[in-house]
Amino acid sequence: MSSRLVPEPLAQLPWRVLFLIAAISAFGVMMLYSAAGGSVRPWALPQGIRFCVFLVGAIIVSRVPEDWFRKGAMPAYVVLLLMLVGVELLGHVSGGSQRWLDLGIIRLQPSEFMKLSIVLACARFYELLPAGQTRTFGAVWPAAALIGMAAAFVMLQPDLGTGLMICSGGATVMFLAGIPLRLFVGGALGVAVAAPLAVNFLLHDYQRNRILIFLDPESDPLGTGYHISQSKIAIGSGGIWGKGFLNGTQSHLDYLPEGHTDFAFATMAEEWGLVGGVLLIAAYILVVLWGLNVAQRSTSRFAQLTAAGLSMTLFFYVAINLAMVMGLAPVVGIPLPLFSNGGSAQMTVLLCLGILMAIDRQNRRRPAW
Amino acid sequence: MQAYSFSRRAWLLGAGTVGMGGLLSGRMAWLSIAENARYNSLAESNRVNATLVPPRRGWLVDRHGQPIANNRTDFRVDIIPDRLRDNDRVLRLLGQLLRLPPEEVERVRIDLDRAAGFQPVQVAENLDWERFAAVSVRLPELPGVQPTRGFARHYPAGAAVAHLTGYVGAPTAEQFKETRDPLLVTPGFKLGKDGLEKALEQHLRGQAGAKRVEVTARGKLVAELATRPDVPGKNARLTIDAGLQEYAARRLGTNSGSAVVLDCRTGEMLCMVSMPAYDPNSFSDGISHLEWQMLSDDDHVPLMNKVTQGLYPPGSTVKPMNTLALMAAGVAPTDRVLCTGALRVGTGVFHCHKRGGHGAVDMKTAVAQSCDIYFYEMIRRMGYDRIAPVARELGLGQKFELPFSTQRYGTVPDSAWKLRKYKDRWTVADGLNASIGQGYVLANPLQLAVMAARIASGRALQPSILADRVHRDAPALPFDSEQLQHVRDSMWAVVNGGGTGAAARLLVPGMSIAAKTGTAQVRRITMAERRGGVLKNGQLPFKLRDHALFVCFAPAENPRYAAGIVLEHNGHTVRNLDTPMIGRDIMTYLLDRDRALASLAEVEPTWGGDITTRMAAQAAAYRAARNPAPAAAATKTDGVVPSDAPAVEAATSLANQTQAALAEAPAADTPAAEGTTERTP
Repeated sequence: MSSRLVPEPLAQLPWRVLFLIAAISAFGVMMLYSAAGGSVRPWALPQGIRFCVFLVGAIIVSRVPEDWFRKGAMPAYVVLLLMLVGVELLGHVSGGSQRWLDLGIIRLQPSEFMKLSIVLACARFYELLPAGQTRTFGAVWPAAALIGMAAAFVMLQPDLGTGLMICSGGATVMFLAGIPLRLFVGGALGVAVAAPLAVNFLLHDYQRNRILIFLDPESDPLGTGYHISQSKIAIGSGGIWGKGFLNGTQSHLDYLPEGHTDFAFATMAEEWGLVGGVLLIAAYILVVLWGLNVAQRSTSRFAQLTAAGLSMTLFFYVAINLAMVMGLAPVVGIPLPLFSNGGSAQMTVLLCLGILMAIDRQNRRRPAW
Repeated sequence: MQAYSFSRRAWLLGAGTVGMGGLLSGRMAWLSIAENARYNSLAESNRVNATLVPPRRGWLVDRHGQPIANNRTDFRVDIIPDRLRDNDRVLRLLGQLLRLPPEEVERVRIDLDRAAGFQPVQVAENLDWERFAAVSVRLPELPGVQPTRGFARHYPAGAAVAHLTGYVGAPTAEQFKETRDPLLVTPGFKLGKDGLEKALEQHLRGQAGAKRVEVTARGKLVAELATRPDVPGKNARLTIDAGLQEYAARRLGTNSGSAVVLDCRTGEMLCMVSMPAYDPNSFSDGISHLEWQMLSDDDHVPLMNKVTQGLYPPGSTVKPMNTLALMAAGVAPTDRVLCTGALRVGTGVFHCHKRGGHGAVDMKTAVAQSCDIYFYEMIRRMGYDRIAPVARELGLGQKFELPFSTQRYGTVPDSAWKLRKYKDRWTVADGLNASIGQGYVLANPLQLAVMAARIASGRALQPSILADRVHRDAPALPFDSEQLQHVRDSMWAVVNGGGTGAAARLLVPGMSIAAKTGTAQVRRITMAERRGGVLKNGQLPFKLRDHALFVCFAPAENPRYAAGIVLEHNGHTVRNLDTPMIGRDIMTYLLDRDRALASLAEVEPTWGGDITTRMAAQAAAYRAARNPAPAAAATKTDGVVPSDAPAVEAATSLANQTQAALAEAPAADTPAAEGTTERTP
């Protein structure tokens, strides 16, 4: 019930989730302040400003009608796919791996947006699919093709982490769309069989190494395993209560590589301990559950699938990064959204939240009957 | 149906999300609670880096607690590679301030290239205060340079104790590879390289301290943490009398010789001198190639410890021992032998050192006059196999339990030994040669001193050098005490009864010395030479002169001290540099120190001053001979005579003489394998 003191549009905002993501980001900015040795530069201040800018952007996105996303889903996917091809071609021209298109004003990293776009595109596909056909082969292959093409070009870059997330996001939508469970079980078995083969024949050397080292990090404590070892040392030495703000030695003395980006969680855990870690994980879970809740309350099939798919994309971000940082997964270069330093992920996640808020707003406007 | 399926599957994903959150939290709890201690220590070992501080080495002190080897403050300069900036400028400036030779600067540069982070690299050690201060005041211009006060080994008596203590030096790369002990590559750490320093290494070393610093992953120093002090090594007390050691070393003069003095009651070694010697102080700092060359070239073998590694035919010093063996074999002291100057045995003729012969000699006279013929005859009668066991009983051919890595213990031959070694029968001539301490008999100076001490005490004394490991309560020797007394009396007669050692007569009132002199030929005297008159030692090159040997104990009436002295190629040419007077003075030092010091002060200037002065002169001469003054060439063109030309010339000529003497010496220096005799064809 809106109060007169607060304008209608403001009152309509999902304040609880906004508070959660603001808290996560603020915590991240504090971590960056500490990682820089107690300085707002070079990371904390830009990160904070970026967050405010993107948050405003997300709130603007939340005013966009659901229909726009529905209509834009496929064209956006096609444009991004073309850009991925363009990146790949440019990469060939300039030599070496390239992940972004330099448009002069901004560097656009199409693979980053593809994580969201794949969810929207699949959701749109399943909305268009007649209900009776979900259990036919025709329900599987077009979605699989959408996912496959996007993932293939991202993996070619090569960017294993993003490719993995695109596959997970697409598969989540397929799962939610009601594709028979046996296909997923079969798929999981297929992956279990294919993974060792893929590791041996498809991956780049450095990727294969990361996986092998993940299986036995102590085998190479100064090489590729160094990241995992040092990250575990940082988390393990933090104990329950942590070493205290600005007191982390692993990060301050540069033992923890990428302490402000991919391994930001370790930097935080060293200073804030188990308590800080569990609170942060809980915050993320609450945001994801809020997103799933938005999906449950959605009426259109597109909104349901999009909201749940985007929520799970956010979850994959967090889960893959944390598993990597704690030594449960190979090192795959995925940042911790809202927490790690870096504009791309920040923008993607806030865009994702913007879309979720838009769907939420739509739900509240047309209460289910 | 479809909606139902969606919400059910969405709920499933929600549950999965929460489950994953729980899993991650659990994993984190495992790392930070269960494994906390392990990761804490890993983080700590990342963070803290310890730089070792070499421990102070334990002292070697003499029996009265006077230091023989101690530590002096060493001013040194190191570089911490990580804090060094502008390498070239800093090294250039350091080179100027410390007056380093270019090759040394290059060495530092190479070390720096190989060094990692905070591990210091040594620039220079053993600096004088002036140069150390010059670096210290300019530190602001020298980032990364670290002047340190460390400790360096110091031997107050210098060369006099060189072969006793050995010296210390930086560990070798092999030693580091063996143990991987980081202390071994710490600048300033030295370990024992020879002598007692080496043998007592573990006892003397101590435990390294540590300077703990906080460093980043790249080795950058962040903060200095608490320092762990070193645990100094333990001191070792020796049985040596430092004063006597130094006195004996000086008293040997220009000889290439050695002297050992034992306490007749306990077997404690009171001095162990081998001269000339290197200066262990400069050895411990590392010596130049030139110094090394000079020491290796020297025919007085300053690099060898003659006490334990020198083997000599003991010559006539075995004669008292022979008489003990003869008495034990049943020869009466009163039995006489007629000495005519030569003895024909089979086809060989054996000569006495006295050409005309000694006439009829009994046992005591034979020892006092050192009559060879008496011993030839008696031992021909008894057989040397009855002498050899007694020789061994008195310490010849024996290896003693002492902390010296190399001990050459010589030979006491007998028929079984010869059969084993040469697969040959023992001949009468072998026995005769052995009877005057030549032929196959070889002994080191320590054994000679032990022999004297055992005769003097009548007990099987064992020499010892560590004060806490003295072999007290030595058992009595299995000889009749009257016979032992007869041996002692005859040794008394050598000095005080008109014998060959009259020059050793003690000037301390109321005390006398008992001794036996010896001469060991190192060349064969041919019949032709004997006919034309045996060459005087003074006419021979150094290496062909006779060794001079001496055993003694004092006071003769109630023996306290025993000594063995061997002077290589002494040839009995200079009276106050010969064994009897040296032996007398060393004994006098123990009984009447002032008298001994006065005697030394009188003679020392005649042979070129004390050890340090003589070594410096020798080094200067050698250097001058090696680097003929380049200035001389230039002077010819501009016609200006340099002021130091005469000095250089003098030094050069002196060095040339040394070289000439060396060149004359034959390559091989084997002890006379066939003794003093030759066989007529």
